[in-house]
Amino acid sequence: MKQLKTLFFLILSFVFVSNAIARDQIKIVGSSTVYPYATVVAERFGKSGKFKTPVIESTGTGGGMKLFCAGVGTNHPDITNASRAIKSSEKELCSKNGVKDIIEIVVGNDGISFAHSVKAKDANFTKEHLWRALAHDVDVDGKLVVNPYKKWSDIDKSLPNYGIKILVPPPTSGTRDAWNSLVMAKGCSKTAKAAYEAVGKKAKKACVKLREDGFAIEAGENDTLIVNKLSADPELFGLFGFSYLVANKDKIKAAKVNGVVPSLEGIQNYSYPIARPLFFYVKKAHIGVVPGIHEFLKDFTAKKATGPRGYLTDVGLVPLSPDKYNLTRNSALKLTTIQ
Amino acid sequence: MNKELRRKKRYQAEKRFQLYGIIAISLALFFVGLLVFKVFSDGTSAFSRTMIKLDVTFDANKLGITNVNDKDEVDNADYYTLIYEEFIKSYPFSNREEEKQIIKLLSPDYEFEAKNYFLKNKDQLNKTVTLLLTASDDFDQLHKGNFPRDIPEDRRRLSNYQLKIYDQFLKDGKVEKIFNNYLFSKGDSRDPELAGFGGAILGSLFTILICLLISFPIALAAAVYLEEFAPKNKLTDLIEININNLAAVPSIVFGLLGLGILLNVFELPRSTPLVGGIALSLMTLPRIIIPARASLKAVPPSIREGALAMGASKVQTVFHHVVPLAMPGTLSGTIIGLAQALGETAPLLLIGMVAFVVELPGSPMDPSASLPVQVYLWSESAERGFVEKTSATIMMLLGFLIVMNSLAVYARQKFEKKWN
Repeated sequence: MKQLKTLFFLILSFVFVSNAIARDQIKIVGSSTVYPYATVVAERFGKSGKFKTPVIESTGTGGGMKLFCAGVGTNHPDITNASRAIKSSEKELCSKNGVKDIIEIVVGNDGISFAHSVKAKDANFTKEHLWRALAHDVDVDGKLVVNPYKKWSDIDKSLPNYGIKILVPPPTSGTRDAWNSLVMAKGCSKTAKAAYEAVGKKAKKACVKLREDGFAIEAGENDTLIVNKLSADPELFGLFGFSYLVANKDKIKAAKVNGVVPSLEGIQNYSYPIARPLFFYVKKAHIGVVPGIHEFLKDFTAKKATGPRGYLTDVGLVPLSPDKYNLTRNSALKLTTIQ
Repeated sequence: MNKELRRKKRYQAEKRFQLYGIIAISLALFFVGLLVFKVFSDGTSAFSRTMIKLDVTFDANKLGITNVNDKDEVDNADYYTLIYEEFIKSYPFSNREEEKQIIKLLSPDYEFEAKNYFLKNKDQLNKTVTLLLTASDDFDQLHKGNFPRDIPEDRRRLSNYQLKIYDQFLKDGKVEKIFNNYLFSKGDSRDPELAGFGGAILGSLFTILICLLISFPIALAAAVYLEEFAPKNKLTDLIEININNLAAVPSIVFGLLGLGILLNVFELPRSTPLVGGIALSLMTLPRIIIPARASLKAVPPSIREGALAMGASKVQTVFHHVVPLAMPGTLSGTIIGLAQALGETAPLLLIGMVAFVVELPGSPMDPSASLPVQVYLWSESAERGFVEKTSATIMMLLGFLIVMNSLAVYARQKFEKKWN
């Protein structure tokens, strides 16, 4: 019994001592799309031997922002990854909790590929096709109705003659946010937009609502699982970051969107229509408190990492165009904060 | 006649029932077998690592070492260029692109592997030795037969040129499979060939240790008090019902509790086994209290009466006689409770243990992953090499669970007293 008592007190003292220890390891949270790139940089950063390897959690862009904006101090993360720009509501949350100076780093670009099994025939979609396949309501003969399309060929005769089955990421995912703004909002037909506005709804919000009749299947964040599902069923489509396409090109291929196949060049100059920049955000207040943050920023934006021939291109990151690269490199060096 | 018929029917009914039972069991066995087969067929290849042989001369000039005993010089020597220049010589190339393709057959860690070798064998300066260097993930997967090679080049991870090099290496006997010690000694990595679950095992051990240290004494004290000392009234009934309910609470709720109280109020460090252990111990408590109470109840009253008759006090009776006799049952309950905690992922998700951690944790205060979390993380990774790693981690986890459960059975059978 005595031993039990000592053990118990040992644990209690452990708990209180831990409060006093300062953190000497960078903490990163955020997007699962940026996670593969951030981990590669972090691992190399750790191997250089001067600092500990940063710890990276994949929480999704929204979850990461929530943790990041919770406050200043070593109990809160230093950096959050994001597959979209910070929202104004998140900025407000940040400044409410005292997180005032935030540095924005643009890592590179990512293209969302609309992919299917290599066994399937090549396909070509326009954004409107994709919107019609996924939207909750579409316009048929000038009237807004609940999405009636069951087969691709119902939408357009040129499309494949099989059922619509699309795996979509969950609403918390940054990929879904980007898909909504780049495809669903842009592909929304003029008639539908006008119809929404006529009844006083915001077209931007109404257009992105996904159908709930089983043709759009919510599939969770596990992209590897989605790859396996796609390769087993040639009629199934899924959305991915470009890196998954690169790593699994023996199993899946991308469909053309507006006649363009996703490629490094196409995503970089945005000629591939579903391309987006990737970000991470840094708390300026933590630089100098947690060792190595500034060096990490320099490493991440170094030419050998995110430059045109950087090692991140091997894992599927699409590098920034030279002028944008210089801009982001500058803000990493000078620690420029956003407004 | 009628009687005969009815008897026949009853026998048939019995046979039918037995048949249903056999079908149910064989279905269950079939699925377990399928799972185990899938995990083992995917995972066994992760225990070997493909290496490429390379003859290297540790040239003092190239390395820039003037004095082998100068630690600084040896540490900062240029092993990268040495290996790079030596390795690209192993196959003819005609342009920069092909040169890049050759070096990509090696894992990016080659400079550290060469350095580690040299640090151990400093007498090899200016001598030529045959080094075994870890091959890249793509090369490794090709050699293990996990990549098909008879598909068009643009769908393959390795180019035709790289396949030619592979065949040449194979012919020259330069490719070798060795036991993958990295799997056990390393933490997570983005390069599948360098990733290991060593960090996850340590993280799991620390978590379980913290969980045991907290939940066992508290659960034992609670069980002894409730069973031996507490008066039987409405309040203790309520407590009993609540303990039983607590055992059925989904584990994610304890994760939320950990997030809200341990991280936000007590400000304990995120992603650490300490927080994970405390959150899991909340979950484990009722799972220990219930079997502990059951085994206390199973101690016959004659033991207590005998002790009291000899003049022992109530506390002496309980701690000298009843608790030791109830220990086997309590211990096996504890081990099974801990085994459940070992396989838990949901609460760890919320307290940040689902994280990319490269360094091995040295104490429960260092950030770390745990085994089930590692399974989750690797199953999400894009690189093909992580498929076998995921299955290997599942094998490891299953191994731990089997060991713990047999320990529980052993503890019960070895020490339990039968009362007749």
